[in-house]
Amino acid sequence: MSKILLIAEHANGELNSSTAKCVACAADLPDAEIHVVVFAENGESVAAQAAALASVVSVIRIDNPANAHQLAVIVAPQIVAIADGYTHIFGPSTTFGRDLMPRVAALLGVNQISDIMEVQNEYRFKRLIYAGNAVVTVEAPADKVVIATVRVASYRVVTGDGSATIQTLAPEFMMPEHTRFIELKAGKSDRPDLQTAAKVVSGGRALGSAENFKIIFSLADVLGAGVGASRAAVDAGYVSNEMQVGQTGKIIAPELYIAIGISGAIQHLTGIKDAGTIVAINKDPDAPIFEVADIGLVGDLFTLVPEFQAALSN
Amino acid sequence: MDKILVGLKRVVDYNVRVRVKSDGSGVETDGVKMSINPFDEIALEEALRIKERGDANEVIVVSIGNNDAQQQLRTGLAMGADRAILVETANHVDSLTGARVFKALIDRENPDLVILGKQAIDDDNSQTGQMLAALWNRPQATFASNLSIVGQKATVTREVDVGLEIVEVDLPAVITVDLRMNEPRYVKLPDIMKAKKKPLDQVLLGDLNIEEATGIKQVVFEPPSERQKGAMVDDVAGLVAALKDKGLI
Ligand SMILES: Cc1cc2nc3c(=O)[nH]c(=O)nc-3n(C[C@H](O)[C@H](O)[C@H](O)COP(=O)(O)OP(=O)(O)OC[C@H]3O[C@@H](n4cnc5c(N)ncnc54)[C@H](O)[C@@H]3O)c2cc1C
Ligand SMILES: Nc1ncnc2c1ncn2[C@@H]1O[C@H](COP(=O)(O)O)[C@@H](O)[C@H]1O
Repeated sequence: MSKILLIAEHANGELNSSTAKCVACAADLPDAEIHVVVFAENGESVAAQAAALASVVSVIRIDNPANAHQLAVIVAPQIVAIADGYTHIFGPSTTFGRDLMPRVAALLGVNQISDIMEVQNEYRFKRLIYAGNAVVTVEAPADKVVIATVRVASYRVVTGDGSATIQTLAPEFMMPEHTRFIELKAGKSDRPDLQTAAKVVSGGRALGSAENFKIIFSLADVLGAGVGASRAAVDAGYVSNEMQVGQTGKIIAPELYIAIGISGAIQHLTGIKDAGTIVAINKDPDAPIFEVADIGLVGDLFTLVPEFQAALSN
Repeated sequence: MDKILVGLKRVVDYNVRVRVKSDGSGVETDGVKMSINPFDEIALEEALRIKERGDANEVIVVSIGNNDAQQQLRTGLAMGADRAILVETANHVDSLTGARVFKALIDRENPDLVILGKQAIDDDNSQTGQMLAALWNRPQATFASNLSIVGQKATVTREVDVGLEIVEVDLPAVITVDLRMNEPRYVKLPDIMKAKKKPLDQVLLGDLNIEEATGIKQVVFEPPSERQKGAMVDDVAGLVAALKDKGLI
């Protein structure tokens, strides 16, 4: 049997959808018994949301004022304190999980499997390396706990209802004093979240300025889409960092991805491998993005995008 | 502060289109261009800037790998590092073993700051810095895009999924850097000549007295499923029709 502990990701009282995707991955393990742990200042509502996920049998609530910002240095020793008896401990491959899980792994004296994209059995998993240029099957030692992050773009949220029991724990741990949360500057947007949006429109270096980037936002609004960007567009300051799609940005899997003025560097393509349909608009017919695009349109974005938007509004 | 330790991993250059060997035993690295992991160049640049501001005395670059990693260390020395340490091993270095090596070097060198890349672009693990911070029982500030140091404290801006998080950590600490932290300098020819005289120590991994971690076994490599090239449309009307056809609008 696999007894799996998932670390919930949440903010402002909302469970992040990455957790439901981790559940989907964990449910692929043979004979899975899935527990979710919520670290929060007050985890009542998040624990209730986790308990309602299909396949989850138990939710552990660890409330502590120190867990308000879920810093890795503070959460990791608490996970270690409750780790006994679990065969697997998983977190999402979001910045939250990627910061936290290796610290847990090192405290438990094991290596971590990063970004599981497929479960083969309790100890064998597939993952991408070299910016997505290779898939490797990896095997963790069978006599140790398996610590991993789940590549959330490879999974869909579990559907259906669950009714897990919720218990409260207060594990003893050494509280580190060396790290202090100062501030979170969250990009505010009422557009669909990039990581969960069914449609995403992204702009690249070709947009030329933050001012010009508005045509991307405006098109996205007509489509009800989230907005992304290439690294070049972020580096140039047209949009903020949380919008970067790719190897070092967000890995996303929308049904529709529209890349506008983006050349299609391998590091960008890694982020959209799992998209349903890729549309590319680029003035260079030889741009590598056309090699992966399902629908390609060659031309100047500054005329095509407004035209496209007008056609959609009709 | 006195010393900053920087990790420089030798990896396949980011411009190379990596291919899986036909027998599935690994990826093709013969005759392929190798470079410093791009994140590590940024880590070194940041360390050099701290030193040039007068906030550190010495920058030490470290690579764990085979003898060829000397090249990357020499490049690091040419960029401005003061000395280099090559921890030699013929084996594939997993993250936990890498973190244990860094910890062993920390015990010898007592640095105030360790700056690593946020991930190595070969295995794309993104683990070593976090593991090292855990073994050292010190702060970690990962995915950093800004670092400012005042006395024994560092204020770090981290690139996280929802935006930017700012944390303050006491030194010593481990920082892992993201791409937007700085633009690494180019190496100039005279510096390459000068770098030849800078010290490069070699130690065998086996002599560091660390426990090599039970690794994650890499069983088989496959090429990823390729997306097929789709259809080109001539104009916006064609695009709209194609999207309607797929039920996407
Ligand atoms: C370690 C590492 C990690 C990286 N991670 C990422 C990542 O996560 N995400 C990412 O995106 N990149 C990443 N990159 C950068 C990547 O290699 C590319 O440099 C980047 O994706 C290029 O962005 P771009 O396509 O917007 O710009 P460019 O490559 O400059 O492409 C601009 C495109 O716009 C087209 N164009 C110009 N004008 C017009 C017009 N008027 N109308 C229509 N088309 C026009 C051009 O034909 C061109 O194809 C990474 C690089 C490294 C080294
Ligand atoms: N073999 C190595 N030699 C030097 N530095 C390394 C090595 N492995 C990892 N690192 C450092 O740790 C960072 C993260 O690596 P990883 O955890 O493998 O993604 C890299 O960017 C390097 O700074």
